[in-house]
Amino acid sequence: MSWIDIGALDDIPQRGARVIKTQVGCVALFRTGDDQVFAVSDTCPHKGGPLSEGIVHGHKVTCPLHNWVFSLETGEAQGADSGSIPTYPVQVEAGRILLDATTLAKRSAA
Amino acid sequence: MQKLVVIGAGMASGRVLEHLFETAPDAYDVTLFNAEPRGNYNRLMLSPVLSGEKSYAEIVTHDDDWYSANGVTCRFGEAVVKIDRDRKVVVGQNGEVPYDKLVIGTGSAPFIIPLPGKDLPEVITYRDLDDTNAMIEAAARPGSRAVVIGGGLLGLEAAAGLRMRGMEVTVLHLMGHLMERQLDEAAGYLLKKDLEDRGITVLTRASTKAILGDGKVEAVLLEDETVLEADLVVMAVGIRPETRLAKDAALAVGRGVEVNAQMQTSDPDVLALGECVEFNGQLFGLVAPLYDQAKVVASTLLAEPAAFVTKELSTKLKVTGCDLFSAGDFAEAEDREDIVFRDPARGVYKRLVLKEDRLIGAVMYGDTADGSWFFGLIKDGTDVSEMRDTLIFGPAYQGGAAVDPLSAVAALPADAEICGCNGVCKGQIVTAIEGGATDLGMIRATTKASASCGTCTGLVEQVLAVTLGDDFVLPAAQSVCGCTDLTHEDVRRLIKSQALKSQPAVWQELGWSTPNGCHVCRPAINFYLLADWPLEYQDDPQSRFVNERNHANIQKDGTYSVMPRMFGGITTAAELRAIADAADKYNVPTVKVTGGQRIDLLGVKKEDLPGIWYDLNAAGMVSGHAYSKGLRTVKTCVGTDHCRFGTQDSTGLGIKLEKLLWGSWTPHKVKLAVSGCPRNCAEATCKDVGIICVDSGYQVGVGGAAGMDLKETERLCDVPTEEEALEVTAAFVQIYRENAKYLDRPYKWLAKVGLDWVKAQVVDDLENRRALAARFELSQTVYRKDPWAPLAAKAESFAPLADLTLEAAE
Repeated sequence: MSWIDIGALDDIPQRGARVIKTQVGCVALFRTGDDQVFAVSDTCPHKGGPLSEGIVHGHKVTCPLHNWVFSLETGEAQGADSGSIPTYPVQVEAGRILLDATTLAKRSAA
Repeated sequence: MQKLVVIGAGMASGRVLEHLFETAPDAYDVTLFNAEPRGNYNRLMLSPVLSGEKSYAEIVTHDDDWYSANGVTCRFGEAVVKIDRDRKVVVGQNGEVPYDKLVIGTGSAPFIIPLPGKDLPEVITYRDLDDTNAMIEAAARPGSRAVVIGGGLLGLEAAAGLRMRGMEVTVLHLMGHLMERQLDEAAGYLLKKDLEDRGITVLTRASTKAILGDGKVEAVLLEDETVLEADLVVMAVGIRPETRLAKDAALAVGRGVEVNAQMQTSDPDVLALGECVEFNGQLFGLVAPLYDQAKVVASTLLAEPAAFVTKELSTKLKVTGCDLFSAGDFAEAEDREDIVFRDPARGVYKRLVLKEDRLIGAVMYGDTADGSWFFGLIKDGTDVSEMRDTLIFGPAYQGGAAVDPLSAVAALPADAEICGCNGVCKGQIVTAIEGGATDLGMIRATTKASASCGTCTGLVEQVLAVTLGDDFVLPAAQSVCGCTDLTHEDVRRLIKSQALKSQPAVWQELGWSTPNGCHVCRPAINFYLLADWPLEYQDDPQSRFVNERNHANIQKDGTYSVMPRMFGGITTAAELRAIADAADKYNVPTVKVTGGQRIDLLGVKKEDLPGIWYDLNAAGMVSGHAYSKGLRTVKTCVGTDHCRFGTQDSTGLGIKLEKLLWGSWTPHKVKLAVSGCPRNCAEATCKDVGIICVDSGYQVGVGGAAGMDLKETERLCDVPTEEEALEVTAAFVQIYRENAKYLDRPYKWLAKVGLDWVKAQVVDDLENRRALAARFELSQTVYRKDPWAPLAAKAESFAPLADLTLEAAE
């Protein structure tokens, strides 16, 4: 793993998200109400809605287009909907958000 | 005898000496340095000293007799200048002392925010007895005011102590709730409420900009330009390990002085413990691990094997009357389960966090009697699957009933208002029930409760159920969402009657079953709070749907549409030119004339939004709120200005209406139109409010729709003057804002409450009409503002946080 500094925790509002552009497409960084950070794909598998614009509740996000709900931990769609979004390793250290560069470059290398 | 030098007479080093003298009184000749001009005392007890519940003498742990009995050379009031490891001497201000072993216990230093005014004499921290005495002295001056920056453990203890000594105290906290590291939102809300009950003002999300004063502290200025008068400022925003001596002596220092499990630094003859050390990447601020470290230091000094291990910690706040407890890890996670218990009447909140049948975290407020039992379960990793159903009730629990969904209503006091229209309290309804009124119809007949607009029907039924028990069958009602059993109407009523002014207040007092709601209830509660408490409640962007958060309409490809306001559908050549320039500059693919008489720019990228807003703002245009559950547009015809049939200035009235109403948030979107004559070219009869001008004045219709349902407006009233038309419209919009369910258009809400009730409130009761219009205007002082301008200044928050595609290409 090679951890790279993406930005400060405070760059993301609580119960909010910011997007980063990567080789594997847009990745959404979520900060939940309890100050944990999750990195998942920004794209809803249903109709491509930007998940970073959804309402964050608990460790879940609701897609702004058609209200699909995803677990930020597993990436699995909740309830009756089925589908999942990729999740990426992320960690917060001393108020900085670190992402693993190797997993984000994987697909382009293949 | 070997020589031992100890730097710092804190709680940890005091314990080291105790253990040392107990086990081997003759092993070392000890010299103790302390920068403070006194020996060891119990710093944890400074809060009772500040509040006046204890004196300094009572908290001294080691006195002069003890030091002399154990042969300790005391160098109090003398700072250590440096440690010379080559010569093995410690250099004090008054001379050198050689050592064979050295213990560093320099503790921590308070963090000072680099604000303008931080060096004024009345700006103090809260670490030692001198700070405490300075606060006691300041509080002695009658009528003096204190501002405490920082709502963590120390800040709140300082605030409570100063308040007990009679000061006016305001606590400023940067985060959304108090003690965010130890408490979750719900417990933080209850703590805030308790502190406010004892007269302390608590401002959360409060960022300090400067401390004002010429030679002495006069006031504190916040980022939002609020000015708080102050005679004393206590800065309690955090601490950092005091490592300067260790660093100068070239010992390994990270965030703190690095030590191994034997508490040795990178030099085996130099040990360190307490708040100044870092062990396995961890720092220490609470006293329990410090005492464990002290034991290890004593053993290492006596060459006995010992190792320090970190343990689970629990926190309690030492403010008399605020019962809170937190322990372990209470963050949410996929493999964890919450057990939540709320008792709104007693102000009790308990949350247990379970993982794989083991308790890993607990937060409690109001009733912490079982805290040590839960803490024991966490430390021991006990399997709790057997007692899971009753776990939250504590060790004394002996069987019992399930949690009652009616508990929120049962907990209401007798004087809680249930029916706002007729001013009926819970107590009156209970009296009526006890007098023989056993169903809704009889309650309406005897008390008038729920006999007017009917929105409190659900609550009246719950009072019936609570009072009659099994004799009353509660009709099934649609709750807001899975987080609560209450309906929208119930929640609205309770927000008003219980004066709930924050989302955590609603979650706690109304017994929400989730920690922070869901995508269904959050936007609704956010609207109810801002509609009912425009001055007190601050809108929460994270509880809004994307369009309202980004102030633009998201399209199916993730781009946005941008629509500037054109008051009354009137524009100018200059505005059109600016719109055309913006369309060119940002490569807008589609420019559309809308049904609401304005121009829509479709296909704008998110990162371009701040730029296009800035350009449109510069041309004098503001957001058209084409995305909001709020006022959209006022459509007009040209009226008497140009039309040969026009009876009144319909365009002028439309502009005045839009200037009056714009920026307001409503339960659903609100569209208006004004036609200059009954030919109705502005199609006013299918709007939420539609005005038709006639020779004798203005016909005001309400409750029209031309969407999924097609509905013609119904006549609210006819008024002779433009002023009255404006006032009636504002009053109607306000009564809709105050009463309707979130996402009910006016026609849906009118079908529930009846046009007659609205007429009685808005048309017939002139005094009430004016009061409604005045409340609308009060709210508009906050919300009649362009949301684009402040966001255009924060362009960076609309751009991606990082672009890794560029880095990877290098």
